[in-house]
Amino acid sequence: MIVVRWIRAFVGFWVDFVVGDDWTVAAAVAVALLATWGLTRAGVPAWWLTPVAAVGATALSLRRAARRSRQP
Amino acid sequence: MVAIVVAVGGTRSWRASLAGAAGGLVVLTVLVAAAGTALRNVPLQPIRLVVGALLLVFGLQWLRKGVLRIAAQGWGVGQGDEDVDDSDVPPGQFDWTGFVLSFKGVSLEGLEVAIIVLAVGGAAGAIGSAAVGAAAAVVVLGAIGAAAYRLIGRIPRRALQLFVGALLSAFGTFWSGQGLGVHWPTGELALVWLAVGYAGAGVLLLEQVRRWRAPVPATGGRA
Repeated sequence: MIVVRWIRAFVGFWVDFVVGDDWTVAAAVAVALLATWGLTRAGVPAWWLTPVAAVGATALSLRRAARRSRQP
Repeated sequence: MVAIVVAVGGTRSWRASLAGAAGGLVVLTVLVAAAGTALRNVPLQPIRLVVGALLLVFGLQWLRKGVLRIAAQGWGVGQGDEDVDDSDVPPGQFDWTGFVLSFKGVSLEGLEVAIIVLAVGGAAGAIGSAAVGAAAAVVVLGAIGAAAYRLIGRIPRRALQLFVGALLSAFGTFWSGQGLGVHWPTGELALVWLAVGYAGAGVLLLEQVRRWRAPVPATGGRA
């Protein structure tokens, strides 16, 4: 039982660490890294892709959060 | 390495951050003692990719939180020891997130340093001198980090969260890019402009979030 609780807590910690408040940011980063890998392998300079995707995904996430907490 | 430990300590928990750094150093020492010169064959790229990706997603979460909190309550909240209801670090509990962040930063960069020491020292036949040089660098950087402690205490927690988020995102982007074989323009200097870029984006987004939060003007009313 203690082992199961430990495993649950461990998995929960990492899910919370990676996903945080908005899973879409982590998903966008994963897709951006995959695309960067593909472009780099094809010989296309792709250093700009991850930072642009990271800022874009954060901006979209912030817009959703801000609109949810919009003052009445 | 020191930047991450100091940043995590200043924004989350010094105890967890220093424990994570100590844990990273212990793991490194054991690795170096056990593997010795075989460490030169460790593939760094996958490690950089995994650690970088994790730092990037966590850094972006922090950047996002910092922007939302400053947009709602302003820059000045949480200066020094002022109590802040951040709910990031549960009161009375050990901050495992801070521990993991410091641990990863120290173990990855420490592993890179260990491999450089073994490669350079081994090639020159002077591993002892190379190890002394690396140890001296760690001591000097540690002293700089300790000196930065008071300075960081003066920065409001909200602002620190935003800028630490930008710093972690920069490290994460840089390392994950290296892990994928990306060639960064300007080399290691990319860390600086990435951090400045993320921080600048955070400040610009802050203004935009204030506009998004503003009440919608009533429409359709009769004169």
